[in-house]
Amino acid sequence: MERATVASLLVFFSCLISSSLAVTSGSADGYTITGRIKIDGIGSKVFGHSSKLSNIKVILNGGQTTTFVRADGYFSFCNIPAGTHLIEVAAMGYLFSPVRVDISARNPGKIQAALTENRRVLQELVLEPLREEQYYEMREPFSIMSIVKSPMGLMLGFMFLVVFLMPKLMENMDPEEMRRAQEEMRNQGVPSLSNLLSGRTSNS
Amino acid sequence: MAARFFLGFLILLLHSIISCGVYEDQVGLADWHQRYIGKTKHAVFHSHKTGRKRVVVSTEENVIASLDLRTGDIFWRHVLGENDPVNQVDISLGKYVITLSSEGSVLRAWNLPDGQLIWESVLQFSAPSRSLLHVPTKFGLERESVVFVFGGGWLHAISSIDGEKIWKKELYTEGLDIQQVFQQDDSDSLYAVGFLDSLQFVAYHISVKNGEVLEESKKSFASGFYGSMLLVSRDILVALDASRSSIVSIKFSRGSVSFHQTYISDIVPEVAGIVEIVPSKLSGLFALKTDASLVLFRFNSIGELVVENTFSHPTILSDSISITEGHQVFAVMQHAETKVHIAVRFVNDLTSEALKETIELHPQRGNVQKVFINNYVKTDRSHGFRALLVMEDHSLLLVQQEKIVWSREDGLASVVDSTTSELPVEKDGVSVAKVEHSLFEWLKGHLLKLKETLMLATPDDIAAIQEMRLKSSEKTKMTRDHNGFRKLIIVLTKAGKVFALHTGDGRVVWSLLLRSLRISEGCECPSALKLSQWQVPHHRAMVENPSVLVLAKCGPDFLQSGVFSIIDSYTGKVRSSQKLPHSLLQVIPLPFTDSTEQRLHLVIDSNFEAHLYPRTPDSIDIFLREISNIYWYAVDYVEGIMKGYSFYGKCKADMEDQYCFNSKELWSIIFPAHSEKLAIIATRKMNEVVHTQAKVIADQDVMYKYISKSLIFVATISPKAAGEIGSVTPEEAWLIAYLIYAVTGRILHRVIHQGAQGPVNAVVSENWIVYHYFNLRAHRYEMSVIEIYDQSRADNKDVLKLVLGKHNLTSPISLYSRPEVVVKSQSYFFTHSVKVMTVTTTAKGITSKQLLIGTIADQVLALDKRYLDPRRTASPTQSEKEEGIIPLTDTLPIIPQSYVTHSLQVEGIRGIVTIPAKLESTTLVFAYGVDLFFTRIAPSRTYDSLTEDFNYALLLITIVALVAAILVTWVLSEKKELRDRWK
Repeated sequence: MERATVASLLVFFSCLISSSLAVTSGSADGYTITGRIKIDGIGSKVFGHSSKLSNIKVILNGGQTTTFVRADGYFSFCNIPAGTHLIEVAAMGYLFSPVRVDISARNPGKIQAALTENRRVLQELVLEPLREEQYYEMREPFSIMSIVKSPMGLMLGFMFLVVFLMPKLMENMDPEEMRRAQEEMRNQGVPSLSNLLSGRTSNS
Repeated sequence: MAARFFLGFLILLLHSIISCGVYEDQVGLADWHQRYIGKTKHAVFHSHKTGRKRVVVSTEENVIASLDLRTGDIFWRHVLGENDPVNQVDISLGKYVITLSSEGSVLRAWNLPDGQLIWESVLQFSAPSRSLLHVPTKFGLERESVVFVFGGGWLHAISSIDGEKIWKKELYTEGLDIQQVFQQDDSDSLYAVGFLDSLQFVAYHISVKNGEVLEESKKSFASGFYGSMLLVSRDILVALDASRSSIVSIKFSRGSVSFHQTYISDIVPEVAGIVEIVPSKLSGLFALKTDASLVLFRFNSIGELVVENTFSHPTILSDSISITEGHQVFAVMQHAETKVHIAVRFVNDLTSEALKETIELHPQRGNVQKVFINNYVKTDRSHGFRALLVMEDHSLLLVQQEKIVWSREDGLASVVDSTTSELPVEKDGVSVAKVEHSLFEWLKGHLLKLKETLMLATPDDIAAIQEMRLKSSEKTKMTRDHNGFRKLIIVLTKAGKVFALHTGDGRVVWSLLLRSLRISEGCECPSALKLSQWQVPHHRAMVENPSVLVLAKCGPDFLQSGVFSIIDSYTGKVRSSQKLPHSLLQVIPLPFTDSTEQRLHLVIDSNFEAHLYPRTPDSIDIFLREISNIYWYAVDYVEGIMKGYSFYGKCKADMEDQYCFNSKELWSIIFPAHSEKLAIIATRKMNEVVHTQAKVIADQDVMYKYISKSLIFVATISPKAAGEIGSVTPEEAWLIAYLIYAVTGRILHRVIHQGAQGPVNAVVSENWIVYHYFNLRAHRYEMSVIEIYDQSRADNKDVLKLVLGKHNLTSPISLYSRPEVVVKSQSYFFTHSVKVMTVTTTAKGITSKQLLIGTIADQVLALDKRYLDPRRTASPTQSEKEEGIIPLTDTLPIIPQSYVTHSLQVEGIRGIVTIPAKLESTTLVFAYGVDLFFTRIAPSRTYDSLTEDFNYALLLITIVALVAAILVTWVLSEKKELRDRWK
């Protein structure tokens, strides 16, 4: 898969004064958070559901503001006050970690962004999915094993085991040990399940 | 040891199947998904170009969508944020959809074909104002790429290509209300007109190029204006004067403004009562709505007002559209019982009609509320018209050539409450022929399935299998089934319409627009409140239909009297409907039914008096018998007060009304307003079944669950933390969780989470509570669980003691004594924001539980309760492992396969309802928001029935193989025996 890396700066500027770089003193309207969503191979059919950039939502602070992603993957939130914010990405088919974004009040323009899931600090606000999400169980391809593992298969297998192996076991059994086991059983009266099981395993 | 091992293996086998997702080819088998948009506010047609014809709509559910004009299907749709309502929508350059939202502060452009966001522009905002969008329609080279937006006190010119702000101009002074922004004849200037303090008319003449105010004209009008004005022609506006008795026409041209006042009674003597200007843009005409009729006016050649036409009510007008150069038409919709007459008339000549049609509408759709028209050129070069109708029940219809081309039940985008009803019992036996047919089908199906399992199926076969599964007539039958999967989901929508949906395929079985809640019947502001099961006949199930109760009121405040309607669940007919003589504050369904199996309901009015329904002597007997056991509580969210009540005696005010009872305050809890604010109150579901009170833990020990129907979970947060996430520091934020016993008001448990913030979501079930909140210190969402165990019964473990009667089960319990409870709790991180949360319910409560979480991405995640076990430790002992305790992790896992909505979204999810099926392992799940979604889930897999894809053919083959093997071995053993004997 081709990884096209386009460096995008995490740029904070006041909404009014559209300056390009980070350090602009915050006006009453606050700051702008601009970021980018980067998904490799988007639009391709992944596990039966195609995800499109146009259906990705970016959500600030659990629903305070919702915005959408442009065709180039960029999104922005305007008029954000200083403080610590949370950005979540809702994209079907992908799991994105929420992002913690700190906008310093004392030090205007100083910001930090980190993924909350793995505490990874982001140098630039380029959000990549943690993983692709596959919503469907995969059908196991047909194999003999799957039939053997199915209850019916187990039934058959057990039957064969009893029919062909048990007599062999009985034959190989030491007659003395056999007698002892029978004695033991008689002594205990009602045999419990665990005894039977342990008896069998010790025999084999 | 081996037994241990074996048991461990079994447990492993059981627990390795935690995630039980669906296979892709099972989609649509048990689930259905319906996409809606909500009640349409604006509609813009896009049909003049070749290619797909579409209509772009914005709705009251904050949705913008592009619909196929031929079928009504959704091409694309976007659900904007909750506090981002769409104000205006238009199409620019023939390829961009421009939407103005959030009171005119956010302007977005979407690509018309696929709905991709092209640009987004956040506009400056000074003060709330009207939001107006003006997209120049005339195609010039420069001008077409500019849109003009007025909102928040600022006028912006914005390039529609990239959203760049070309200029902006503040038009804000105290009391100024700009009402129209328009261009005259496509000139280089723009007019913004409005009222100042409703006394002065203000017109700004603004240059399109740079936003410079070329001219500002003001003129006072002594008696003041009422409401909004309407642009009638290029230089005439009309408004009403403050007393609403005369029409003021405002003529303005460069620099000069003149008023002309005409008394309505002078020109239309018969008009009486309150009049209002209809906001339809009719280019040359305008309409006035009076109590009895709709009057169309025109300015004649000498500038005098003349009455053009009078329509009787109810009449709806569309905006005018131009069909050819100089010919404008508009539509008039008139109701005649169930029929609607659509007339498209020319603005210049009202006597001639371009179109006259009559269509029959379903009576349950109510009246037409809005109409949008669009014209097209027929093959014979005459003009045809399409009309898009928005109905009273919020549905959307497209009418063309006297036919309803398509209709959308968009009322279902605003479900308020829901309940379920069983389907009728199958009465007649199934005929033999049908069985034979289905037997053949059944065999054929299983053969195909076997082929599929053995990988022998051709693609055609696979398609046939899929079709067979999806179209199985079994699931859409209108009768009860053995497993209880087929039911009716009855939903109540905001419009006051009740729908019955079949769980098999989600089709609407019946719908009913409540007459008592219709605006046309005098219900000003209908607000539907509650839907509840009223009568569920068991003894007389064959002859009697169940019914549901709808409670609603006709006004926003709780002093309004309520409407009480009972609806038959099978037919959708109103059995009885009455206006309640008292107000409606709270409804309490009681767990008792009278002799006709009608459920008892208590309606609490604003004086805290309880009214008992149904009003039968039988119900009063039952109620009086149980009166000492009935407690209720009321919550004042604003003041932060909870109060508990019991009932005593009859109402003082109304002695003769024997169905009215007084309530007595028993306890109250006042949360200190300076440090706590009520965030959420959660209680157990009334119909929840608990299978066992005891919980056997690892070392053969028993813990008794504290199970009480009266347990309330209350969460309060610090007032500062009530806002958004970014607005508070961890030091100022805390969340306090209370467990309160609702009968005595005793606080059983209280826990403080420092640095926690809302929004809080909570679920109470059995003896546990799970709640979700935001942890500001870790800056992650967190989920906490509290489990309560009854310590007073902890000694009753010994069977011998129980047999000998040395237990304390019969010892008297006093509510005054402090209950001995033990609380275990634990917190875990959770990745997503949560919109709604609920828990699965099953018929007997044996099946383990799953939490159903509506996430911020509008998906529904099923999370095993076992992950939220407070007894999880980092390294569980062997015995704990056997019990099924998962090793402790700090985060709750999100397994993609356990999204019950799989690859679908329930946009704008507002509620999840779980309904137990008859089959213990299975829960039916209904999620609603803008979309509807239904599925059934089995939290611990379907252990009590074979799955749908169980292969009977394989079973048959196995049996045959077994029989064959027995025969073979028998023959072999016979031979061996013979050989042995010969030896």
